[in-house]
Amino acid sequence: MQPIVQLSNEPLDRDALVAAVSDPAVGGIVVFEGVVRNHARGKQISYLEYDVYKEMAEEQIHTIIAEAQRRWSIEHIAVAHRFGRLEIGEASVIIAVGSAHRAEAFEACRYIIDTLKTTVPIWKKEVATSGEEWVEG
Amino acid sequence: MKIRIRYFASFREAVGQAEETLTVPAGIRVAEVRELVLKNHQGLQPIMQRSTYAVNRSYVPAETELHENDELVFIPPMGGGRPMEEAAACNQ
Repeated sequence: MQPIVQLSNEPLDRDALVAAVSDPAVGGIVVFEGVVRNHARGKQISYLEYDVYKEMAEEQIHTIIAEAQRRWSIEHIAVAHRFGRLEIGEASVIIAVGSAHRAEAFEACRYIIDTLKTTVPIWKKEVATSGEEWVEG
Repeated sequence: MKIRIRYFASFREAVGQAEETLTVPAGIRVAEVRELVLKNHQGLQPIMQRSTYAVNRSYVPAETELHENDELVFIPPMGGGRPMEEAAACNQ
């Protein structure tokens, strides 16, 4: 399948992403879901706001997927990231990887989320009870 | 020549706009545009110091030469941190 890359300001559809990587030849599906939590570094978070450089982010995610497919024999990958305002408990990112065997699905999923966090131009603003700030690594 | 600069996240809020078009001398480098932008927009210095650069949607070094209609974006730090080696590896 062609990898799926979605950047959306609507709630992410986990079921649709899992369905997209399902296939009779798939023996394991690993899903990573990043969720907005209510605290960060001692602050009470009210909500998050994500900003994205959409065109570049899409290209970067495709590049990460291509690298994952080069390292592991994985055919089925779907990556979705949300932007705009997100409330506590909502999913900010979902990565679904389907492969014949579980080991490579776990490894590829881990690689994709770790690399995405550090190289894809998506920024997070924490709006807390005590004020707001763009989060830096 | 004209180049387009787009601002995201902390840059967008500090500059107060999402993009601008600048007329610059041909052959100008990213580092020189950075100085122009810092002069035009007071208060960007702290963010700029921690930022990297993308031209036409790829990470580039500061000495990169710009061309007509290039799209330049200053990339402020992202939540996950961003070692430059990884970014460079991603562009290969």
